[in-house]
Amino acid sequence: MPTSTSKYQYVTCDATKCVGCQLCEYICSYTKTGEFNTYRSRIRTVRAEEVLVTAVTCRTCEDAPCVIACPRDALTQDSLTGLIRIDAGRCDGCTWCIEACDFGAISINPESKLAEICDQCTDEEDGPQCVKWCPKEALELTTPDRRAQHQRRKLAVEEVLGHR
Amino acid sequence: MYGYSGKILHVDLTNRKTWTETKPEEWYKIYIGGVSMASRLCWENIEPGCDPLSPENPICIANGIFAGTPVPVGGKYGIACKSPLTGFIGDSLSGSWFTTAFKRAGWDGFVIHGASDEWIYVFIDDNHVEFRDAKDLMGLDTFATEEAIREEMGDDQVRAAVIGPAGENKVRFANVTNDGRQAGRTGHGAVWGSKKLKALAVRGTSGVTVADPETLLKLSFDIVDAAQGPDTQKYRILGTVSNVLNMNRIGLLPTRNYQQGVFEDAELVSGEHLHDHHKVKVMACAQCPIACEQYSRAIDGPYAGAMTGIEYESLYANSSNLGIGTMETAIKLIDIEDECGMDSMSAGVTISWAMESFEKGVLTKEDFKCAKYPEGFEPAFGNDEAAVTLAEMIRDREGIGDILAQGTKRAAAQIDEERGTESWKWAMQIKGLELPGYDARALKTFALGLAAGTRGGCHNRSAAYDPDIKGETNRFTVDETRGKVARESEEYAAVYDTLPLCKFIRRSFTGRADRAGAWPAIAKLINATTGWDFEYEDIDLIGERAHTIKKAFNIREGWTREDDHLPWRWQHEPLKEGASAGYVVTDEELEYLKDIYYEAKGWTKEGLIPKEKLVELGMDDVAEEIGV
Repeated sequence: MPTSTSKYQYVTCDATKCVGCQLCEYICSYTKTGEFNTYRSRIRTVRAEEVLVTAVTCRTCEDAPCVIACPRDALTQDSLTGLIRIDAGRCDGCTWCIEACDFGAISINPESKLAEICDQCTDEEDGPQCVKWCPKEALELTTPDRRAQHQRRKLAVEEVLGHR
Repeated sequence: MYGYSGKILHVDLTNRKTWTETKPEEWYKIYIGGVSMASRLCWENIEPGCDPLSPENPICIANGIFAGTPVPVGGKYGIACKSPLTGFIGDSLSGSWFTTAFKRAGWDGFVIHGASDEWIYVFIDDNHVEFRDAKDLMGLDTFATEEAIREEMGDDQVRAAVIGPAGENKVRFANVTNDGRQAGRTGHGAVWGSKKLKALAVRGTSGVTVADPETLLKLSFDIVDAAQGPDTQKYRILGTVSNVLNMNRIGLLPTRNYQQGVFEDAELVSGEHLHDHHKVKVMACAQCPIACEQYSRAIDGPYAGAMTGIEYESLYANSSNLGIGTMETAIKLIDIEDECGMDSMSAGVTISWAMESFEKGVLTKEDFKCAKYPEGFEPAFGNDEAAVTLAEMIRDREGIGDILAQGTKRAAAQIDEERGTESWKWAMQIKGLELPGYDARALKTFALGLAAGTRGGCHNRSAAYDPDIKGETNRFTVDETRGKVARESEEYAAVYDTLPLCKFIRRSFTGRADRAGAWPAIAKLINATTGWDFEYEDIDLIGERAHTIKKAFNIREGWTREDDHLPWRWQHEPLKEGASAGYVVTDEELEYLKDIYYEAKGWTKEGLIPKEKLVELGMDDVAEEIGV
């Protein structure tokens, strides 16, 4: 089971809260393409079992395997944010980055045939639109460290006040 | 045109041909989508008087105007054909991911004609249609069929509407299922079975464009926010199953095949009990910010491990109605029914007919021989294992299951003819469709809504229980207002079923569910999607037209005033205990209710539609054929 090695922020989904409504996919595809098309979303909901549904997008791995895999140096990682940038001039849609990604977070644009990945809506004032609009507050922009802190806090509350 | 592609795909299974029909914008403005458009496609494509299980009965599917957009609860489609259960219009809805793939593939509707020689499934890959061998899918349950198709196509984004073993075996109340949601009632699955059509799979890759996306997004997310508040709390926390105790309290929880309205073990099969002991996860349809489906698991006993989504209507039919007070058994029954793809309400009410027939000596132990119990078994009310075995026998059409698979009306008629009995008196159906979980002996406006319903006894097409239960009407009596109340209730529901929007959102537009609260908001959503300029009155017209086209279909199939009936029991046997004891709907009351209802609809005393009424609604060709 691969886990992210990131020190950077990424959009994570709490599968106990996610209900599979796909609104994240609608808002993502609209923000990025101007159309409503879940097929073009950079975050994807997955219903793996009858009652197992979650949403997955780029986890901004450290020393990102997709960047290492790219034979044309089209992918670079921002050292400050961990975001993966794809240079459309260099990318030729070979899909090596997709093969390298443990999270299935990269897709090929069916029109341009080039790779696409979550950029955490850095050009939007209020950050990732999927997080903003998730009706169940299942999505969060966070780091693994921050998640761990939350878990510890939750555990402490539950142990002291009793499991609810 | 925005919101629509303008294209209907026709698929001929007999000759393995396809063609595209284009429709003008004016046609869409009248029929919109969902059950209205699907019923109109039935009107245009079904041979009047045909056998519902013959190739002459096409399946008509119509997408929703909001499918594939972020409009909350707009991810739904309508499906209709002539019902093998009622012989009249069989219209239903289902929602979720299939719907949105269907929209992205660029089609407003599908009409599936003819019948195949071999079991096949149809794969619609955007513009391209393939007829594919379904041999390897036969016998698979609904969820497994969908998964197998995705596996075969190698793409998780392929979404499929499918039938399970019940549909393959042409159980007359078999469903079409997609993404764990059923297009329930009236037996579309049997029609698919008769066509040897195992599934309709769709991959849609194109974006959906609307007239004013910025406005649509804003409107949508305001509703998304509102839908997290108190107006949808009932659906989010307990789900529809919270009705069990409510109905029991007013003495109208169908118990032991509607012999009683109070169930002594109601607590044990209540929504609260389900929530506290069995709930696994809440799930949503695509585009739905509410999430009402309460996935629940049986924990103890012989049925431990059974799991499915539980709704009130499935629950009453498979618990109190069978005299069963064990939640594990109810979950097991609903799980069997969902997996094999049959209507859990009709299945439960058919099993309860068999149980009462056994208790009354019409059926005997001999009649219940099967592979599992070669000597037969004794299905008295409350016999958990008997109920489970009967559900399996219906699914497989084994032994008496073959008779029960025809539904209560036909099963009772067949047994009564063979044995000279009167079991039809406890066949709890209207027009052949088994009844919902509201005993209408003391819900008299709702009794009218059910009797007049175009698809038979159905709580989704008339919500006239609502004024009765809230006390806006006196539920124990009839008066001259009821015709109008019943009309308004069914046309209100028809608006939601046509767009379609799930009715659970109805209070989230403005906090008020009535027309004044909802119609202006719905008009804004339609206008931002299509660029039209719909107003309040146009929304009313959507409902009236939807209901009219269904009624017109029924009239063409030979409907008469006598078809608007109630089950014998509700007219002759009062409930003996509880808050609704002592009431029946007399013949006199029923005929009076029908009179004032037809009048409120602007129909003739015989319940037929005047030509000028149809012309006024923009249905000139319908006026020509059935108008009087």
